[in-house]
Amino acid sequence: MNLFEYTRAETLDAAMSAATEDGAILAGGTNLLDLMKIGVVNPTRLIDITRLPLHDIEEHDGGLRIGAMVRNADLARHPVILSRFPAVAEALLSGASAQLRNAASTGGNIMQQTRCSYFQDPLSPCNRREPGSGCAAIGGETRNHAVLGWTEACIATHPSDLCVALAAYDAVVEITGPDGLREVPMESFHPLPDANGTGPAPLQSGEIITHIRLPDSGGMARNARYVKLRERTSFAFAIVSAAAALEIQDGRIVQARLALGGVAARPWRARTAEKALADQSPTEEAFARAADLALEGAAPSGDNRAKITLARRIAIRALTRAAAGTPDRLPALPASVFEGDCNG
Amino acid sequence: MTQILNLTINGTSQDIPIDDPRATLLDVLRERIGLTGTKKGCDRGQCGACTVLIDGRRINSCLALALSYDGAEITTVEGLAQGELLHPVQAAFIEADGFQCGYCTPGQIMSAVALIAEGEAGLDPERVREGMSGNLCRCAAYAGITEAVLKATRAMNREDAA
Ligand SMILES: Cc1cc2nc3c(=O)[nH]c(=O)nc-3n(C[C@H](O)[C@H](O)[C@H](O)COP(=O)(O)OP(=O)(O)OC[C@H]3O[C@@H](n4cnc5c(N)ncnc54)[C@H](O)[C@@H]3O)c2cc1C
Ligand code: SF4
Ligand code: FES
Ligand code: FES
Repeated sequence: MNLFEYTRAETLDAAMSAATEDGAILAGGTNLLDLMKIGVVNPTRLIDITRLPLHDIEEHDGGLRIGAMVRNADLARHPVILSRFPAVAEALLSGASAQLRNAASTGGNIMQQTRCSYFQDPLSPCNRREPGSGCAAIGGETRNHAVLGWTEACIATHPSDLCVALAAYDAVVEITGPDGLREVPMESFHPLPDANGTGPAPLQSGEIITHIRLPDSGGMARNARYVKLRERTSFAFAIVSAAAALEIQDGRIVQARLALGGVAARPWRARTAEKALADQSPTEEAFARAADLALEGAAPSGDNRAKITLARRIAIRALTRAAAGTPDRLPALPASVFEGDCNG
Repeated sequence: MTQILNLTINGTSQDIPIDDPRATLLDVLRERIGLTGTKKGCDRGQCGACTVLIDGRRINSCLALALSYDGAEITTVEGLAQGELLHPVQAAFIEADGFQCGYCTPGQIMSAVALIAEGEAGLDPERVREGMSGNLCRCAAYAGITEAVLKATRAMNREDAA
């Protein structure tokens, strides 16, 4: 790890003016310190934002406004998250470990870097780490890599579980910077790669995520689930995952939400699939059709063709479980595929 | 520039001069304070050997920048027993054979203490296993670890009732 200067920001303004090119914001540190230890990021200044007043969850027009420093464990236990946004709780609880969730913050979770193993190896060419150097993942080990929205410049996926559920619920990221406030939908916050590189940075120099806003989940509160396929049932990143939420009235779907994880450089909101589900009965056939639409245009970025089939199955399973209703208490193994309630 | 870090470690407040801001809480505990019960396994948040309680919550001390936790109360495995009297979780690990080589054990025990305090797993073995999944055991003493956590939960419930 390179040497850096440590400062603790007492105000948002102080944090913003320090968070310029060579500086990095320190929240829980569970991703930043990890990457600094292996020499992938080398900031010369760390700006600790853990003391900023960004630790609250406020109710807001039937929804929630979540401070960027709210820890993942606290968000997952919040009564309104559990009662109205249960797919957020299930996604959070399926991620990392209890220890990491106690440290990891909402803002840090959104800003965490890809788990592409070539990105994590400073000796490998990587356009994300070193623009213009190439992409070592192509032709390499691609189990973690994208099947949607990738280009030859980068085939990485965003690894967050939380972001997938937030995207499904239309969450908005509130950002403060030298030019004032701006808001970006979670769904499009993370750039997709273009022909030349990994796309524009989600934050400009000096910008900080201050809050995440979740609008009212309306009639979808008790028909929402997150399902995550992993190499082991706990403490592993997603190979593929899906968040689904449905509003069902008199046996018909009024509105549907579906977002996929592990498939692209951002949580992949499947809007065509959602539209196709509107006014349908929540049947296996309807869900299978929706899943086909969700994976429309998917292509392997290496020897990861299986992920397309897996993502399709996980989407069907998430929709099927959402239709069956959110259980009053989340299962012992959150988001696990091993749950005896359906055979998607 | 030397910065002063104040930590209350197992009940004792200490001012620790920090010359190198790169120090993790794990390194401070082991190398500055001499509390080597907390182990370094992976140093990357993947194994749980470094688990300690910060203000009562379990975290991985290897990914905690020490300076960021100025003013915090830390409990390590050395802070659990009262003299010769073991903490119920420590006693249960011995009774249930919850270890073999013992390297992961301080982390397992700290994690179990927090899991029981969180109160969400209760006596459901599946919830206990899930709640302990951030602590790997290279000797695979998992069956004994789960049994130890269940035993300790029962013992602590009885204590509360008494
Ligand atoms: C072993 C392991 C397993 C994991 N498994 C999972 C998993 O299964 N699912 C999952 O989703 N995640 C997983 N994670 C990742 C974990 O969720 C992230 O490390 C964590 O959420 C990051 O939050 P933090 O507060 O620690 O961020 P930090 O490490 O402090 O920061 C991460 C990045 O975000 C920036 N940042 C932080 N806050 C802000 C802000 N408010 N505004 C702007 N920039 C900011 C930092 O500068 C840094 O670049 C795992 C991590 C580890 C180590
Ligand atoms: S996939 Fe993206 S992150 Fe991974 S090596 Fe290629 S450019 Fe880098
Ligand atoms: S040493 Fe901290 S988790 Fe492995
Ligand atoms: S007892 Fe040896 S690693 Fe757990």
